[in-house]
Amino acid sequence: MKQLVEKHPLAIRWFHWVNFPVLSLMIWSGLWIYWANDVYRLGWGKTTLVKFFPQSFYAAFHLDHKLAQGMSWHFVLMWVFFLNGLLYVLYTIFSGEWRYLLPNRHSFREAVLVTLHDLGIYKKPLPVRKFNGAQQIAYTSVVVMGLGSVLTGLAIYKPTQLGWLTQLLGGYEFARIVHFALTVGYVLFFLVHIAQVVRAGWNNFRAMVAGFELVEVDPATRQVVAGPAALPAADAALTPNSSPRSR
Amino acid sequence: MMTTDPNNAPGASDAALRPEAEVLAEARRRSRRSFIGLGLAGLAGLGGWQWLTAPPDDSGTPHRLRQALDANGRLSQAYFKQTRLAPEFARRRATTPRVNGRVGLAEALDPAAWRMRVQAYGTGETQEFTLADIQALPKVTMTTELKCIEGWSTVVHWAGARLSDFLARYPLATRGGQPADPLNPPADLAPYVGLRTPDGKYYVGLDIASALHSQTLLCYEMNGQPLTAAHGAPLRLVTPLKYGIKHLKRIGTITFADARPKDYWAELGYDWDAGH
Repeated sequence: MKQLVEKHPLAIRWFHWVNFPVLSLMIWSGLWIYWANDVYRLGWGKTTLVKFFPQSFYAAFHLDHKLAQGMSWHFVLMWVFFLNGLLYVLYTIFSGEWRYLLPNRHSFREAVLVTLHDLGIYKKPLPVRKFNGAQQIAYTSVVVMGLGSVLTGLAIYKPTQLGWLTQLLGGYEFARIVHFALTVGYVLFFLVHIAQVVRAGWNNFRAMVAGFELVEVDPATRQVVAGPAALPAADAALTPNSSPRSR
Repeated sequence: MMTTDPNNAPGASDAALRPEAEVLAEARRRSRRSFIGLGLAGLAGLGGWQWLTAPPDDSGTPHRLRQALDANGRLSQAYFKQTRLAPEFARRRATTPRVNGRVGLAEALDPAAWRMRVQAYGTGETQEFTLADIQALPKVTMTTELKCIEGWSTVVHWAGARLSDFLARYPLATRGGQPADPLNPPADLAPYVGLRTPDGKYYVGLDIASALHSQTLLCYEMNGQPLTAAHGAPLRLVTPLKYGIKHLKRIGTITFADARPKDYWAELGYDWDAGH
């Protein structure tokens, strides 16, 4: 029989949904800025695999000739992005949520299994927990990336007043490249994230909005047989002590 | 309300199970409430966007965005220190920067007839200087990064006189006519400096702290050669504390002001401070 299980705290849902449009607008205004000196590419010598970006890309989204607007937007929204991210990190630290999010020594092996499973190569069931190893690595990496964006952003925003930071990050031009590469990273994260959310289905998506998931509980044994709280015994060895609040 | 920690394996074993109909009703109620909440938050966000970008327009930027840019500028001014220097590079890394701005350089230049006119802050009287007057001041060289607001940068070797040395030798930036010591600025020092080309078509404004910084030069040489016309001969401003847009070429007139002087690119939507 179905039972209701709390999944995401309200604060985390807020941080998530505030971040989504703010980061999107940071990327959008970033494109307006980048257009003015769009020199990056993937390639070697005279061979270019990917040009960031072809003219058609700018034309399709009207991204050209908006440098001043882009800077205005970017330097206002940076505060929202930074404060929201900072509050999120502080919240995870003080609420103890970091225990679910931070990868441990088993996460990397589990992440490989999750990837193989999602690609249809590994057939055995995976441990079902709030966040599996792949998620822990992804969600922690994206926070580190956020910090990287803030630091490289500051390094190219105030390269004289914060010259020590600019030098630490490899100089003005390198910091600008890293700042751009991190943005490409967010886009890739977003694509995988959306694909996984679609795969995981409505119950999982609703949890990010409403906070709870519905799980199937066996009325006789009172064991969760499906849903985020079901932890198949076979995988217990994979994730010992994964439950910080276990009694 | 039953709450079960999802990680508390094996789950709901010690909590009482609730009738499924009750659970589903609560799920529906909470879903409806949460999705409506998310929708309202989205609308509030759109409203915030409308509010931020609402007219009136302030020099090419919605005025609330402009206020935020100015607040950022004040914050970096508060953090600014005269002793903090832009990094210098090995001389051999210096190359010729792209010629990116010709506004204000249309008229033919007669180097012999050129004068830099400086309007004194106190008296308003204009004093004229030749290039030789500037070159008589201590010659300062530096190899710094010229950073264009477009995003590119070039290491350039510059030579010239510090604007602060000029204003120490010719005390035109204070009401009382004392020299402007950047580390110990007198109380009657002008808060802003304005520069414009001889034809008045290009103009920039600087805060006095940036103007008096030891790396802000009245520059007459680039990479060991006298400035070419395209790079601002005979005298241009160079300051690694600002984007290239503030590096006014072919200085015509320098003035001092109590309010922010007009600035060519700030009128076209860019940040007035444009500081590094």
